[in-house]
Amino acid sequence: MLFGRVKGTAVCTLKYPGTEGLKLLIVQPLNKRLEPLGPLQVAADTVDAGPGDLCVMVRSREAALAMPLVKFVPIDLALVGIVDELEVRPDSSFDFTLKPGRNAFT
Amino acid sequence: MILAKVVGTVVTTISHPDYKNRRLLVVQPLGLEGDKPDEDFIALDNTHAGIGDTVLINREGNGARQVLRNPDACVISVIVGIVDTVYLETG
Repeated sequence: MLFGRVKGTAVCTLKYPGTEGLKLLIVQPLNKRLEPLGPLQVAADTVDAGPGDLCVMVRSREAALAMPLVKFVPIDLALVGIVDELEVRPDSSFDFTLKPGRNAFT
Repeated sequence: MILAKVVGTVVTTISHPDYKNRRLLVVQPLGLEGDKPDEDFIALDNTHAGIGDTVLINREGNGARQVLRNPDACVISVIVGIVDTVYLETG
């Protein structure tokens, strides 16, 4: 699951059956520092996100499972949460490397 | 499953019912020295982990659905354990 910023909407009159009524939003995937991560994508909305909202997104099969009614639809990205608060500590306060031998973490 | 460090917390009051306003944590995978660390991502907290904890994460939807006991859960990454020690063979 990852972050996404809503950038716009996509309206499709002709769609795959079962995806009628799903709101499609243009999103910019982001990393933990909220920097862009790859190109814009289209996500199906399940939480009524609006333009500019920072959201939590889920990819692949789980995105189709997030759909309210028909869960067997060709949807591979869905918005599943609107972020209200986000706290991310800087990388400097962590050590992400696994060293040979014993790594005690607690 | 992968080893990762919890580096942040995400609060979402409006979220999909499968998430039941559970805590979402921002995690950064661990790697060997000299490796470029993988991308960070978000995982659903199932073990009350906090920032700074080293955790074990299941990154496959089916496992997540079993952990959450919900056959239709739209969750991929779930924290399934808090790691105390990792012993890495040298060589």
